[in-house]
Amino acid sequence: MNAIKEAIKTVSDLWSLMVGLRVTGKYFLEPQRTVRYPWKAVSNIGTFKGHLELVGGGQKDPFKPRCISCGMCALACPSHCITVVKKKAPKPTPEEEKALAEAKANGEKTKDKAPKDPEKFVYDYSLCSLCGTCIENCPAGALSFTGNVYMAGYSRNDFLFDLVVKLRDSQAPAPAEPAAVPAETSEA
Amino acid sequence: MTHSALPDQVAGDFYTNNFAKNAQEGSLILNLGPQHPSTHGVLRVVVEMDGEYILRAEPVLGYLHRMHEKMAEVKTAAQFIPNMGRVDYGHALGWNWAFVGAVEKLAGIEVPERAEYVRVITCELNRLASHLLWWGAYLLDLGAFTPIMYAFDDREKILDILQAPTGSRLTYSYFRIGGVAKDLNEDCLSRIRAFIPWMRERLPMYKDLVSDNIILRKRIEGIGVIEPEVCRRFGATGPVIRGSGIAYDVRRSDPYSVYPKLDFEIPTSDLMDARGRYDVRIAEFEQSLRIIEQCLDMMPEGDVLVKGAPKPSWKAPKGEAYFAVEGARGKIGVYLVSDGGKNLYRTKLRAPGFCNLSLFAEVSRGTILADAVAILGSLDLIIPEIDR
Amino acid sequence: MPAEFIRILIGLVAVAISVGLIGLVMVWVERKVAGHIQRRPGPYEVGPSGLLQPLADALKLVGKQLFMPDKADPILFWLAPVLSFLPVLLLFLPLPLGDGLYALDVNLGLLLILAFSGLAVLSLLLGGWASNNKYGLLGAARAVAQSVAYEIPLLLSVLAVSFVAGSLNLAEVVKGQGTWPWNWNIMTQPLAFLIYMVSALGETNRAPFDLPEAESELTAGFHTEYSGMGFGLFFLAEYANMVVVCAVATALFLGGWNGPVLPGPVWFVLKVSLLMLLMVFFRWTYPRVRFDQLLNINWKWLMPLAVLNLLATSFFVKLAQFTEVRW
Repeated sequence: MNAIKEAIKTVSDLWSLMVGLRVTGKYFLEPQRTVRYPWKAVSNIGTFKGHLELVGGGQKDPFKPRCISCGMCALACPSHCITVVKKKAPKPTPEEEKALAEAKANGEKTKDKAPKDPEKFVYDYSLCSLCGTCIENCPAGALSFTGNVYMAGYSRNDFLFDLVVKLRDSQAPAPAEPAAVPAETSEA
Repeated sequence: MTHSALPDQVAGDFYTNNFAKNAQEGSLILNLGPQHPSTHGVLRVVVEMDGEYILRAEPVLGYLHRMHEKMAEVKTAAQFIPNMGRVDYGHALGWNWAFVGAVEKLAGIEVPERAEYVRVITCELNRLASHLLWWGAYLLDLGAFTPIMYAFDDREKILDILQAPTGSRLTYSYFRIGGVAKDLNEDCLSRIRAFIPWMRERLPMYKDLVSDNIILRKRIEGIGVIEPEVCRRFGATGPVIRGSGIAYDVRRSDPYSVYPKLDFEIPTSDLMDARGRYDVRIAEFEQSLRIIEQCLDMMPEGDVLVKGAPKPSWKAPKGEAYFAVEGARGKIGVYLVSDGGKNLYRTKLRAPGFCNLSLFAEVSRGTILADAVAILGSLDLIIPEIDR
Repeated sequence: MPAEFIRILIGLVAVAISVGLIGLVMVWVERKVAGHIQRRPGPYEVGPSGLLQPLADALKLVGKQLFMPDKADPILFWLAPVLSFLPVLLLFLPLPLGDGLYALDVNLGLLLILAFSGLAVLSLLLGGWASNNKYGLLGAARAVAQSVAYEIPLLLSVLAVSFVAGSLNLAEVVKGQGTWPWNWNIMTQPLAFLIYMVSALGETNRAPFDLPEAESELTAGFHTEYSGMGFGLFFLAEYANMVVVCAVATALFLGGWNGPVLPGPVWFVLKVSLLMLLMVFFRWTYPRVRFDQLLNINWKWLMPLAVLNLLATSFFVKLAQFTEVRW
C-alpha cells in the first residue's frame, strides 16, 4: 500500500516538471516585455529625477535664473555638490558714485545695487545623490530636477556644470540629440 | 591536495590563514567570494571543505563598508536621509522610515495621518519589490535562470509606480522628518489599484513554475534547519525567524504608524528550513497586497508633510530614541543619541541582515556546498546592509 | 579500400564544417529561445534577428588572449579543450542522416559513439585538474562521478533497443522502423526512451544536470580558468555532444529518417531539432538538482529501471523468436 502511495506521489511530483514546462512554453509564445532600448525608450522617465537645473524666469527673462543666490541649497546639500557664486556689484560710474555720496550726505537710505542672480552656480553631478533637499529648501523655487536620464561622460569634469550657463545656453537651439532616443514610447 | 600548496610563500590573506590554522588534515579551504555568482555582491565566506561537504564556514565582512554611521555624525539629521536609501537597496524605504521615525520620536514630531498611509503603501510596495528580487535571485542561486526575469517583470511595475512619487527607482530618499516628500497623486493611486489584482494573478504562476517544482522542493526541503532557540540566540528577525515558527513581526509586536488599524496576518512556517523561509516570503506577497488594499480605502485627505518640518539646519533636541520597523529582511532599528548640537551625536543602525548572516556559519556546518548556497540565499542577504 | 577512405575524408570535412555551423546555430537558438521564454528578444542587433551574433562572439573568442593560470600544468591544460572537441568529430561519422547518407558504415556504430563519447569525461577531468583551481577541481570531480554514473543507464537503454532491432548499426536500426510514429521504437520502448533522454542530459552536462559547471556553486566548474578559444572549444563540444545524443535518440527511438511525404534527411534534422529544443527548454525552466540527488536519481531510479527494461525486452525478444519458430 505504502509503495503504491509512494509511486503515485513520485508520478505527481514528476508531473510538476510538466507544469513548469507549460509555463515557460506559454511565455515563450507571448509577446516580449522588454523595450529595445536604443530604438525605443520607455515612456515614464518624466517622473524620474535627473540632474538639477535652474528654473528660468528671473527678471521676466525665461533664460535668467530665478535664483537669488541666497546659498540655502549649498547649505542644505548633504553632499556639498553645489557652489553658488554671488555676482559682485558692478563698479559704479562716477556720476552714480556722486549721486550715492550725495544721497548719503542727505541721510537717505541707499539701495544695494548688487544684482541678485548668481554669477555662477556650480553643480557637481558626480557627487549629487538626487535627494531633493536643495529643491525643498530653495526659497525662490529656482531649482528643479530634469528628467534627463541619458547623461554619460568620459571624465569627472563632464559632470561639473555651471547651471547658469546651461540655462542661458538652453535658448540656443539645442545641438541635435544623438540619434539614439526617438520619442517613440512603449507600453511599459 | 591541501591548502598549503605553496610552501615557499605566504598565500592568501589574514582571514584565510587564520582560518586555515584550525583546518583538518586533507581538507580544502575555499574562498566563496568576494566575487562569486551566488554571494550577491561582495560577501566572502571562507569555507573548509572535505570533498563536497562543508566542515566550517566563516563569513568575512567589510568589502562594502561605507561608514554610514560615521557619516551620520557629520551631517544634520535631515541631510542624512539620502544615506538611508543606500544602506539596503532592496528595501530602501524601510530604512528611510526607521531613521525618520527615530528622529520623529526623539523630537516628538507628529506625522499627518495621510503621510502615515502613504508611508505604509510605499513601504509595502517596496517590500514586494524586495521579495521579488529575492525570489528571482534565490532561484538563480538554485540554478533556475528564468524566474528572475519574470520577477523583474513584476518588480518593474512596482518600480514604475514608486518612481512617480519618489523620483528614483532603487535608492529612494522619499521620507522626510514629519512626513514624506511628495503626495501620491490620483494617477499613482489608480496604478497601485490596478497593480494589486495583477500581482495576485501572477502568484499562481510562481507556484506552478517554481514553488511546486519537485527539483526545487528537493533542493530546499529540510535544508538549513534553524531551531527557534537558535534564531533567538542570534537575534534573527524577519522571514528567517518566522520561517522557524516564531510570529515575530515588528508591525505587530511593537506596532508603529497605522499598522494596528490594518487587518493582516503574520505568516509563519513550522518547517524551520529553507522551505519554511521560502513559504513565509511567498505568503508575505499576499499580506502586503492586503495591507496596500486596505490603506488605499482608508487613506484620508490632507497634508503629507507636517507644517514646519525640520529643515537641514534643524537641531535635534537633546536625548535619545530607538525606533524599529519591519523591513523585508527583518527588524530595522535605528538608535539615535543627540546632544542638542548641529549633528546627531551617534546613530546606530541595526541591520537585520547582519544577524541573519551570523546564522550561516552555524547552519551550514556539515552540509554540502550546494546546500550552503541554498541556505545563504534563503537568508535573503543584502550585503550593503550588512556592512553599512 | 580507397572509395571508403574518400568517403570518410569527405565525411570528416563535412562533419567539421557542420559541427562549427551547428555550434553557431545552436548558440543562437539557445539564446533566442531563452530570450523568448524570459520575454525578452535575445540577440537581435548583429545580422537579421541577431543570427550573426554567435559568429561575432566566436570571432571575439578567437581573438582573445589565451590565458593560463600560474602553476597550472601547461600540457594538460591545453590538451583538455582539444581532447573534448576532437572525439566529437568522430561521433558524427556513423550518424545516418538518410538512407545511405552516412560517412562511415560500421556494424558497431552505436558502440563507436558510446565509446568515444566516454572520452569527453577525460577532458573535463584534465581541464579541471590542470587548472590549479579549487573550483575547477571540484567541478572535475563532479564531472567524473556524474558522467561515469550516467553512462550506464544510457548504455542499458540503448542496448534494449538494439536487442529489438538485432543490430548495433544505426542505419539498420532505423531501417527496422516504419514510416509512421506508431512504427517507431519509442512505442515499444517508451521507458528506454525516457531513461535515455534523462541520462543524455546527465551525460552532456546540460541543465538541470549541469553540476560540473554549476555557476552559482562553482562559478564555472571545470572551465573556470579557460578563456578565449579554450573555453570556446569546451562550449562547442557541449553543443556538438547535444547534437550527437539527440541524433542517436532520433535514430534509435524516433524512426530516424523515416517519415511521410518529406525526404528522409529533412525528417531527421526536424526530429533532432525538436529534441534539442526540448533540451533547451529544460535548461531554462528547471532549477539545478543537487549533486547527491543527481547520483541518487541515477543509481536508485535509472539504473534499476534500465536493467528491468532490458530484462523485459530480452524476455519478449526471446519469446517472439520462440513463437516464430513454433509457427
